[in-house]
Amino acid sequence: MVVDVAFWVLSVLAVLGGAAVFYVDSMARATYALALSFIAVGLVALLLQQNYVGVVTILMMVMEMAVMAVYMVMFMGMNPALMPMSMVHGKRMAMAAAGGVFALLASGILLVDWPSRRGAPAGDVTMALGEELMGPKMLAMAVVSPVMVATIVAGVVLAAHRTRYDRMGDDLRRRPADDPQPGGVGR
Amino acid sequence: MLLVAAAIFCVGLYGAISQQVVVMVMMGLELMINAVILAAAGFWWFLAPEPTGQVLLLVIIAAMTVEMAMGFAVATLLHREREADMTDMATDLSG
Repeated sequence: MVVDVAFWVLSVLAVLGGAAVFYVDSMARATYALALSFIAVGLVALLLQQNYVGVVTILMMVMEMAVMAVYMVMFMGMNPALMPMSMVHGKRMAMAAAGGVFALLASGILLVDWPSRRGAPAGDVTMALGEELMGPKMLAMAVVSPVMVATIVAGVVLAAHRTRYDRMGDDLRRRPADDPQPGGVGR
Repeated sequence: MLLVAAAIFCVGLYGAISQQVVVMVMMGLELMINAVILAAAGFWWFLAPEPTGQVLLLVIIAAMTVEMAMGFAVATLLHREREADMTDMATDLSG
């Protein structure tokens, strides 16, 4: 009973938080609303005994929202908490697409004859996940790991303003390096 | 639970299509992945609560991480190269 009530409260929070992201009139509030939605989904995962996934989701999204707030201050050129804004295009088309997709998904969810539950969760779900990842499902980890490394490299390459080629020329032989702010001993 | 996930997914879809600010588009995409996490967790619990389903959830979270990191990097690049923070200012691929 308590779990049911908690689930419905968290579900309403998750949906309303998500909707508030595109309704509130400042990007800072939108960030908080998105964080609320993610935390609610993470707590639902915790209700389903997925301790590791739930905690990871909550921790990751709280950090991401902090980064996102910094980005808004950097790129919007305004105080995002104080400046009202509404920057949308194709609102009707977007609403129609979202409504159509929801109708499609909801009809599928309600009409499908779902099978009954097969099996029961392990006693320690987190340990079972760890054993699965270090055993039969190691390929998933082996694929995710290089993807993460590639993401780090690609992110740095895309975001870096000046690389070693800008500083030392195409042949990397320019000395001293061409830096906007000279520094170091004797320079 | 799947209906809740569908609702969150469609809210995110609306945002991803309608918003003009790059960061807000990213928020829409993240909401859609948030819905996928919820749906996968529901499938895991109600259909087959085996560790394999949790591995799928971890892969989804990894995909969200990649989307977030690359989105921020591209937003930085767009702003540096074109002073652009809106999708309408970055509609062509030529430098």
